[in-house]
Amino acid sequence: MQATIVEAVNDALHTEMAADDDVVVFGEDVAASGGVFRATDELLEEFGGDRVVDTPLSEIAIVGAATGLAMYGYRPVAEIQFSGFLPPAFDQLVTNASRVRWRTRGALTAPMVVRMPYGAGVRALEHHSESMEGAYAHIPGLKVVAPSTPHDTKGLLLASIRDPDPVLFMEPKRIYRSFREEVPEEDYEVPLGEATVRREGSDVTVVSWGSMMPPTLEAADEADADVEVVDLRTISPMDAETVVESVKKTGRAVVVHEGPRSHGVGGDIVARINDEALMYLEAPVERVTGFDTPVPLLSMEDYYFPHPPRILDAIEDAMSV
Amino acid sequence: MSENVPTEHPANAAVSAGDPRFLSQDDLSVDTHQIVAPDGTYDAADVPDLDAEQFQDLYRWMLTDRVFSRRMVSIQRRGELGTFGSTRGQEASIIGSAYTLQPDDWLYVGRAWTPMFMRGVPMKDMILFWRGIEEGQQSFAEHNCQIAISIGSHLPLVAGLAWGMDLSGDDAIATAYLGDGATSTGAAHEAINFAGALGVPALFYCQNNQYAISLSADQQTAANTLAQKALAYGMDAIRVDGQDVLAVYDAVTEARERVRNGEPVFVESVTYRMDAHTTSDDPTRYRSDEEVVAWEAVDPLERYREFLESEGLWADIDHDGIVEEIEAEFDAALEEANAFAERGIEEIFAHVYAELPPELQRQFEEFSDLLERRPEMYDHIEQRPKG
Repeated sequence: MQATIVEAVNDALHTEMAADDDVVVFGEDVAASGGVFRATDELLEEFGGDRVVDTPLSEIAIVGAATGLAMYGYRPVAEIQFSGFLPPAFDQLVTNASRVRWRTRGALTAPMVVRMPYGAGVRALEHHSESMEGAYAHIPGLKVVAPSTPHDTKGLLLASIRDPDPVLFMEPKRIYRSFREEVPEEDYEVPLGEATVRREGSDVTVVSWGSMMPPTLEAADEADADVEVVDLRTISPMDAETVVESVKKTGRAVVVHEGPRSHGVGGDIVARINDEALMYLEAPVERVTGFDTPVPLLSMEDYYFPHPPRILDAIEDAMSV
Repeated sequence: MSENVPTEHPANAAVSAGDPRFLSQDDLSVDTHQIVAPDGTYDAADVPDLDAEQFQDLYRWMLTDRVFSRRMVSIQRRGELGTFGSTRGQEASIIGSAYTLQPDDWLYVGRAWTPMFMRGVPMKDMILFWRGIEEGQQSFAEHNCQIAISIGSHLPLVAGLAWGMDLSGDDAIATAYLGDGATSTGAAHEAINFAGALGVPALFYCQNNQYAISLSADQQTAANTLAQKALAYGMDAIRVDGQDVLAVYDAVTEARERVRNGEPVFVESVTYRMDAHTTSDDPTRYRSDEEVVAWEAVDPLERYREFLESEGLWADIDHDGIVEEIEAEFDAALEEANAFAERGIEEIFAHVYAELPPELQRQFEEFSDLLERRPEMYDHIEQRPKG
C-alpha cells in the first residue's frame, strides 16, 4: 500500500495490537478522537476501550504508568501529544523507565514505547516544535528512534514495541503527510540500532535523520559533489560503525540536525568520527543545526531549522578544503 | 462516552443568593480512626477479628522492625553500610498496614523495610541493598516489592502496576507507601488522579511521620490533613492513628477491600519518625527534645503491649526470646552479606539494556584494559563497605 509516515504509524499500531494482546495504547485524545494527528485512528473501534485509553492530561502519570504497566508484563505504547510536553515526564524516563532493568538486575523490565511527534515547521504554538533528541539520548537505558520514511516508520515502530527496553519514538511531524511510499501490508521489522545509507556517494558523507532527511537529500541532489547520505534512524544506541565506514570512504563529513547545536547529537557524532576515522579526514567535520535558542514562534520558525541551502553551504565548505 | 449536559448534579442542588460562600477545608471534618487509646483503653467490639496467633504475630513483626532498625544504625556507625533510614517509631503504621497485604499484591515503599521480610525477602538482601549492591533490589522484585528513593516518583508506577492487575483480572492490589513530603510532589498528584480516573486497584498509604528530612508537616502544606487531599481527586480517604497497630490494620483491611473493587483509596497514617531521616542527618537541628519525648509517650509497641496484656495474650509472648531470635537472624544475615562475592566491573555495564550496545561494549573493554595496564588505578578506587 502507499502510505504517509503518520499512516504508517497507524498501520504499525493496528498490526501489533492485532498480533499481541498485551499491547495497550493510551494518551491524551488517542481513543475517541483518534489522536490529534489521527495516528491512533480506528484503534478504539477495533480493539476496544480496555486497550485504547484516553487518559487525563498527565504526562508524568502517562509515562510513569506505562513503566508500571510494562513492569507488570504489558507492552504499553503511550502517546505524548507533542514533544514539548515530554519534559514534565523526563523525571519518569530518567528515574524509572530507563533504570528498571538495571535497578533489579533484570528481574523486572520496562518494555514500553513513548511515541511523540517532534520538530518545527507546522506553525504550532510554543512547546510544540522541539527536537530534543540529544537530551533523551543522554539517558542510559533508554533507546531513541527517529524514522524519516513511511517504510522505516512501520518497521521501526514494530521493532520498538517488541524491543525488550524502553524506546522513545520520535515522529517527524513536519513530514507526517508530505509524501507517500510503498509500505508492505505484512509484518516486518527495521532493526533498532542500525543506520542506513539513504544515498550512495564518494565525495562527502552527510549524516542526518528524521525531519532533516528531505532537506538533506535535496541538498545532496543539488550539490556539485557525489554525496553519500547516512540516515541514523536510531539516535541511541547509535550505529557509529556505518557513519565511520562511510567517512573512511569519502574523507569528508557533515552532520545535520534540527535540535540546538551545543551539547547535541552532532557533537557526539563528530567525536566518534575523530575516534575512529580522524586520519581519513580531508576536512574538519561540519555541523548544520538549529540554534542554541528556543524554537522561535511561528512567525520566524522557518529561520530556525536547516534548509537545503544551509546544508549545501556546509557541503561546499567541507569540499573546499 | 459521557454527555456534558447542563444539569445539576444532585449533590450540588443547593443554590445560594447574596454573598458568595467560601468552601473551606474547615467544612470538612476528618476523624482519626483509633481502636486502642493512648491510655491503653479500648472497646472490645472494635477489635479486629484476629486469632491469638495473629495478634502475637503483629507484635513479633513490630519488634523485628525495631530490632532491625537498631542493628542497621549500629552497623552503619561502624562503617559497614552506606547510609540507612531507621523506621523506629513507625512500627504500628508499617506492620499494621503491611499485614493486610497478600503475596500477589505489589508493595512499593518509601520507608518500610520489614514488610519485605513479611513477603519472604531475606534480611541479607536488605543489607546488600543498603550497601549499594543492586542484587538486593533484584530479590525485592522477585517478591513483588521495591524501594523508591526519589520521593513520590514511584506513585505513577504503582498506578501502572494496578492498571496491569485490572487488565489481567488479577485479584491483587498495588500499594504505594509514601511520606508527608511526597504529597507535595507533582508525580503524587498525577498518579493519584490517574488511578482514580482509571479506577484501578491502587492503594496510596501515606505515613505522615511529621518530617521530610528537616521540614515539618505543618510547613509542608497549608492543608489541615493529608487525607483530605484525596477528595479533590474523587478518592475516598481514611485518617488513622499510626501509633495504634489495630486501628491501622482495621483501616487498611477495609481500604484494601475497596481497592480490590477498583476504587483507589488514600490512607493517612499519623505517626512519628523517632530517629533521624537517615544516618546522615542530625534531627536536633530542627526538632525539640520535648517533642520527641511527647511522641515517646505514645510508643506503638508499648500501646500494643497494654492491649495484649488486657487480652491475656502477653503471658505467651517471650519478649526477650523474640529479640534474641531476631538478633540471631540479623547476625546470620550479616554474615551472609559479608560473604557476598566481590563483583567484577562487568556488573556496571550489565542490565542497562537487554543486549550490550557496541558503544557500551567498547567502554567496558577500554576500562578493563586500563585496569590491567595500570594497576595503580586501584589506589584510587575505595573499597566498598564489606559484602
